[in-house]
Amino acid sequence: MSRNGPLALLFHTLFVIFMLAPILVVCLVAFTPEGFLSLPTQGFSLRWFRAIARYPEFINAFWVSLWLGAVASLIAAAFAVPAALAIARHSFRGREALSALFLSPLMIPHVVLGIAFLRFFTQTGLSGTFPALLIAHVVVVFPFALRLTLAAATGMDRSVEMAAVSLGAGSWTLFRRVTLPLILPGVISGWALAFIQSFDELTMTVFLAAPGIETLPVRMFLYIQDNIDPLVTSVSASVIAVTMLALVLLDRFFGLDRVLSGHGDRGR
Amino acid sequence: MTAASSAPQPAPVTAAPAAPAPAAGGAGTGTPWPLVLPALMLFVAVVLIPLAMTVLLSFNDWGQYKGIEQVFILKNWREIWEDDYFLEMFLRTFRIAVLATLITALLGAPEAYILNRMQGRWKGFFLLVILGPLLISVVARTLGWALLFGGANGVVNKALMSLGVIGAPIPFMFTETGVVVALAHVMMPFMVLSVWAALQRVDPQIENAAMSLGAGHATILRRIVLPQIMPGILSGAIIVFSLSASAFATPSIIGGRRLKVAATLAYDEFLNTLNWPLGAAVAVLLLVALVLIVVGSNALIERRYAEVFR
Repeated sequence: MSRNGPLALLFHTLFVIFMLAPILVVCLVAFTPEGFLSLPTQGFSLRWFRAIARYPEFINAFWVSLWLGAVASLIAAAFAVPAALAIARHSFRGREALSALFLSPLMIPHVVLGIAFLRFFTQTGLSGTFPALLIAHVVVVFPFALRLTLAAATGMDRSVEMAAVSLGAGSWTLFRRVTLPLILPGVISGWALAFIQSFDELTMTVFLAAPGIETLPVRMFLYIQDNIDPLVTSVSASVIAVTMLALVLLDRFFGLDRVLSGHGDRGR
Repeated sequence: MTAASSAPQPAPVTAAPAAPAPAAGGAGTGTPWPLVLPALMLFVAVVLIPLAMTVLLSFNDWGQYKGIEQVFILKNWREIWEDDYFLEMFLRTFRIAVLATLITALLGAPEAYILNRMQGRWKGFFLLVILGPLLISVVARTLGWALLFGGANGVVNKALMSLGVIGAPIPFMFTETGVVVALAHVMMPFMVLSVWAALQRVDPQIENAAMSLGAGHATILRRIVLPQIMPGILSGAIIVFSLSASAFATPSIIGGRRLKVAATLAYDEFLNTLNWPLGAAVAVLLLVALVLIVVGSNALIERRYAEVFR
């Protein structure tokens, strides 16, 4: 394979600067010792990270986001496993339509979903509650859980299952001891990707969040609407740090390009 | 990287890609209701019914004092049709989306090609650097652009002026220019990912064959590489366009309160003006327009590049 020329490398360098500049500037400003937005020129300070502790709404929002993401992704994965097995192994009428329906939250703009959920939960009296937020997040992250589980179920070696059946395994034992362990890497990477999507979701959640159940992106967004100060940069920098950590772990175990393009089948 | 994947890679966030063919051996033919039913019921109850309710809502009446009145009238739709404000807003929304898509295609496709020619370790590292931002909070990324743009003496303007690219500072905050640049940044990973996936299916020997037959570098790019990655660029463009046209956080933070796009206008009608029926009509129109555009262009691409998708 031929190497990149100097012009290509120059383009590449500028491109990487473009991609990283906004993220780096947030992280740098977070360390400013000044009381206003500025790049730290006179040394670094952690004062704005300490300041987060004085704003319980950010801390609270972080816990809401964490719980919401973990539980919503778990429920989505629980719904996704049977659905993925059905789509991967059975050919039935309406199979294409069904998978289109299950992936539809990717295609429907989140602002439309937010409005639809707000209307629905207002009519059913659930508006402004955590269960409402949870149900909405389960639906929105479901496609991510489904796609990676589906990839694992499609690529699975069925002969192991047949061996288990021939040895007298019942259908529940077969699922619990053979099928589930085999597709588990796909399920877990689906869960992880679903968690990240839930943790970052703003557009739909902003319609459903109420005081006390605001997620971190919603809290940050509403804060930025009023004013931009170093506090929100230190909160953002913390979020970026946590995401980077998750990212490196995800890449180590599953391969980021596979996870993001919906092929959770590395290592086979 | 063992990358010669056989099936066409479904685009990450595009319209329902065709489900993979069921694995042979022991595949049932009847509908496996016990497996399908839980998720199906969830989706009917929490996606289809709320969407239907939203469509109905757009036909309801609303008044400042009477609130929402459950009648079936065309008032909101007529208002959107007749008031030029909405036309201008939708034109702005799609103009921003088209420009952001063009920028991601013009920068993202070459970058994916360059990435693909790198040596193993660097390839993996830069792929992580470029795709990683996809998972970083959109609010944090947009905040970064707000800091870089910040006022007439923002970092971007200072850098561009010291390089002699521009003579006077360009206003980025609260302008379409700023929204387009920030959106292009937010959406870039989708384009790189899509072109990257297309490049994995390209046989590098074809390039070598062309070179041995005397083709220059420009000819190889234009006649060999570009046609093969075009499906990737186009499916990436569909993803970027539809996500840009419905983007909320970036236009809201960079564009401010005056520069409205469809998503921020709908948000305003719902949570500030409280005119839910009008907001619902804007949202339904956005959904219908996007579905038509995405389904239409998907069909065109699949017809044009049928052999690639086979």
